[in-house]
This record gives sequence, C-alpha cells and structure tokens, in this order.
Amino acid sequence: MNLFFGNSNKPQHLTILAPILSFTLLILIWDIITRFSGWSDQVFPGPLKVFISIHELVLDGTLLKHTVASLFRVTAGFYLAIITGIPAGMILGRWKPGMIMLNPVIQFLRPISPLAWIPLAMLWFGIGDPPAVFLIFLSAFFPLVVSTMTAVLEINPVFFQVAANFNFSRFEVVTKIIFPAILPSVIQALRITVGIAWLVVVAAEMIAVNSGLGYLILDSRNALRMDYVMAGMIVIGLIGLILDFIMKRLGKIDSVFWGNISH
Amino acid sequence: MGHILIKDLNKGFIEQSKKQSMGHVIIKNLNKEFIDRRKKSRCRSDAVPKHNRIPVLDNINLEFLNGEMVCILGPSGCGKSTLLRIVAGFDNAFSGNVLIDGKAHSGPSSDHIFVFQHSSLFPWMTVKENVELGLRAMKDQEEKEEKIQEYIDIVDLGGFEMHYPHQLSGGMQRRAELARALAVNPDILFMDEPFSGLDFLTHMRAREEVVNVHQFIGITMLIVTHDIDDALVMGDRIIVFSSRPARVKMARKLDFPRPRDFEKQPELNELRSEIFLMLGVPHAV
Ligand SMILES: Nc1ncnc2c1ncn2[C@@H]1O[C@H](COP(=O)(O)OP(=O)(O)OP(=O)(O)O)[C@@H](O)[C@H]1O
Ligand SMILES: [Mg+2]
Repeated sequence: MNLFFGNSNKPQHLTILAPILSFTLLILIWDIITRFSGWSDQVFPGPLKVFISIHELVLDGTLLKHTVASLFRVTAGFYLAIITGIPAGMILGRWKPGMIMLNPVIQFLRPISPLAWIPLAMLWFGIGDPPAVFLIFLSAFFPLVVSTMTAVLEINPVFFQVAANFNFSRFEVVTKIIFPAILPSVIQALRITVGIAWLVVVAAEMIAVNSGLGYLILDSRNALRMDYVMAGMIVIGLIGLILDFIMKRLGKIDSVFWGNISH
Repeated sequence: MGHILIKDLNKGFIEQSKKQSMGHVIIKNLNKEFIDRRKKSRCRSDAVPKHNRIPVLDNINLEFLNGEMVCILGPSGCGKSTLLRIVAGFDNAFSGNVLIDGKAHSGPSSDHIFVFQHSSLFPWMTVKENVELGLRAMKDQEEKEEKIQEYIDIVDLGGFEMHYPHQLSGGMQRRAELARALAVNPDILFMDEPFSGLDFLTHMRAREEVVNVHQFIGITMLIVTHDIDDALVMGDRIIVFSSRPARVKMARKLDFPRPRDFEKQPELNELRSEIFLMLGVPHAV
C-alpha cells in the first residue's frame, strides 16, 4: 500500500537522487573514519584504495569469475527450491492430511540454519558446487514451502465455490485460481528467500569450494588483502541490491498487483 | 430449442437460446439443521444430543416457476442463505427433496449460477477475463469476443473491460459479477443480497438493472434481500420467512404492473405495511 502511494506521488528524480545522496554520505563517513581511526591501510582500507582494488579485480577478470560462480550456485539452488518447494506447498495447502502430517516436520527442520548442514553436505556431496547448491536449496526450500502453503490456505473459499459453479476442471482450479491467487505471496516469499540464499552462498563458499565471492573474501583474508575483502563485500551488497530490485519489480506486474491492494 | 432475437433499445441485440420449461424448482418437505460444533466437542458421546442441533429450515414447501423472479424476505439469521445454498447445490446435508426441472440435482453446476453475498470476482482477472469464464466452452474466438462484449454492455460496463476489480467501485463490481453470471446463460440465477453495501442511488440503479435483465433474458431468479421495497418492486412473487427455524410465513404473487410505485398503487403500499408488521416493525417508515 505504501509502495503504491509512494510511487505515484513521489517525483521520479527524488527516488534516484535520495539513494545517491545516502551512499555518498556513507562513503564519506567511511573515509573520515579510516583517516582518523589511526588504523593502517592494511587493517582498514579507505574507500579510494578499495575502489582502486575493485578496478584491478575487474580488469584481471577475477571479480567476474567469482561473481558468476556465486550467481550460478544461487541460481541452481534457488531454482531447485522453486520447482520442488512451490508445488509441495500447493499440495500441502490443498491436502489436509498431508499438511497435518508434514507441517510439524517442516517446522522442525526450518529453524535449523543451513550452515549447520555444512559438515553433512560436504560429507555427502564432497567438495565443489554440489554441497553449496544443496545448502542454498535448503535455505530457500523450507521458507518457500511454508509461505506457499499458507498462501493456499488463505485463498477465499468462495473462489472454490465459484469454480464448482462454473464447472472448472481440476486443472483450471490450479491455473485459474490457486496459481494466480498465491502469486503475490509467493513473489514476496521469493524476494525474501533470494536474500537468504545470497547470504548463505557466501558462507558456503568460505568452506566447501575454491571459487565464488565467499572464497574471494576468505582467500584475500589469508593473503592479508583487506582491500580485496572489502571489494568482495561491496560486490555482494550490490548484487543483493539488484536481486531485491528485480523481485520487487515482479510484484508490480498488473495481474499480481491486486495483492497489494486487497491485503 | 429455437433461437430468438430480442431487441433492447439501448443495449442492442442479444441472441439467446430459448429454453423450454427450464429453471423450474420444486422444494418438498425440506428440513435442514446445523450441528453446534462447540457444544459437541465438549461431550464425549458419539451421539449428538438434541439440544446441540440447530434447526434452520423447517419443512419448507415451495415451487419456483420457469422464468419467475422470486424475492425472499426474512429476519437476519433465519436461513435464507442456507436455503439458497441448498437449492444451488452447495450444501447437500438436508432432508426432503429439491427437484430442478424434475431431477434431484447433483452439486453445483453452470446451469444454476450463484451470485455471492460478497464479491466473488477473481481479483487477478480483468472484467473481461472474469466474464469470459462463463464462455470458456465457446470455440469460435470472434463469436466469443462478441458475446463477452454483449454481456458487458448489458450491465453498462463498456469501457471498463480491461479494469481489475479493485479498480472498480462497489456497484460496478456487482454489475461485473452479474455479467459473469449471465454469460453462462444459466437456467436459474441465485442472488444473495445483491445490493448490500451499495449507496442509495447505486442500489436503485442496480435494482432497475436486474429487473431489466430479468425481463430481457427471462430466466428464473431467486433473490434474497433484507429490503422490503426491493422485494416489492422487483418480485413476481415474494416469500416471507419466519425467524429461525424458517417457515414460509407468506407467499404472495405480485400482479402489479411495472414500473411499480407505492404511491400510485395503494394495494402495494398496504402489502408493504403488512410485511413490515410481519417482520416486527409496526410502522412502515
Ligand atoms: N456453517 C454453519 N454451522 C452452524 N450453523 C450455521 C452455519 N451456517 C449458518 N448457520 C446458522 O444457520 C442460521 C441461518 O443462517 P443463514 O446464513 O442462512 O441466515 P440468513 O437468513 O441468510 O441471514 P442474513 O440475512 O443475516 O444473511 C444462522 O442463524 C446460523 O446460526
Ligand atoms: Mg444471508
């Protein structure tokens, strides 16, 4: 709701200018702190040094290589979670006995941090992409199942009566009611889970693999290159921002937008 | 089933398949009770004690004729919606017989469409897509488009085809829902308080709209309402229920010509006072 009014009333240039201003301020504060903290460049590099390092990393291709590696893992794990988690949530939402049986199990597994699975993941899948993808899958799967299931349970029962009244086939109930009805909540859930997945991938890469932004950070730490560490952090933040932006845009498609109004 | 063309001055042509003696409803010895679940869970025995059963419909005997517009009045909570839901096939836990065109019916069907008390338009579909639901079976795309447009025009929503329900006013949503229901070309249309929540003027306009549509399409319509004037202005017949458990307190044919006017038709006005009295308000206001 706020989203809606905020966007229609606010002049376009303000939504661009304001973040630029706050980021400038952030960099300024960072610069001031490094100048007056008394720490050396090796311990707490300033913005200028870090930007030069980012430039270096971009030029020699390292940054691109690691970013692609991380994005690949997130995408793979995330898609795996989507194609299994959303249908599972839809089935549980419409099938009472299944929900009663499995919901406690899901609620039990959900709060276990994906990072706690790292030892088992490495044991089962070895080193490389598979354990990382598995961890991301775990981090996204449970939230997706739960939010999809909740969304299905919250569908107005009158809609199913309308379906019966209009002789909908089972297929039509899924495509014309269940799917569009849960879409706003599911997109909301995707937005949150992609954030979680992005958090998890960095942690996973510090342990199980030798590529990716997490690995870049760990490797730079071992080489005592704090400027590279911070370069990695900045890229992680930027990509997180972009992912969130994309998911936010999805929620504004016309046929999804009703969700903002009616909730 | 021959095809007839009906012409309406404002609305253009509509082609409607003429149905012979469809939409005829007979309700025989209908009884319905609800079980109070709260009390039931407290006692252990499997048998449900008598006092935990809430009788809602008490031996209802009614007949609705083909093409008749019947308005149902009654105190709040007496069982009007329950009756409608049973006849529409949404509830089959009852005793007695409900025959539609001579057959005991088997669940909801697109031959009898229910317009719900609260808006049931699909919020993720435009007006056009909602109306299209009733015409899914139609193969010819061009013919289908034409039909959709016809029904949208009947309810005066031309120009709003691409709007989503949340972009429409309450009255427009009701009209869109009416268009969706009519598009199925049902034998019977059930409407549960179709005008509740509308402002006075929209209410009047919508009422007129429904009367027009009924004269125009001529299907059986059962309308539940709280508004005595609505019932008297619209109905070919009115049924008044007692408070719960509902019994038929009055069933009266209204042979008054339309448009109806309480001032010019004193008998209508008398009937109005009578019903007010029957429903517990001594002076008609
Ligand atoms: N699912 C249910 N379980 C138990 N009792 C019910 C249930 N649905 C309705 N009732 C009872 O049946 C009675 C009739 O309900 P119904 O909705 O048919 O009333 P109504 O005449 O349509 O009232 P209103 O005019 O306020 O809409 C109510 O008093 C209610 O207590
Ligand atoms: Mg009711």
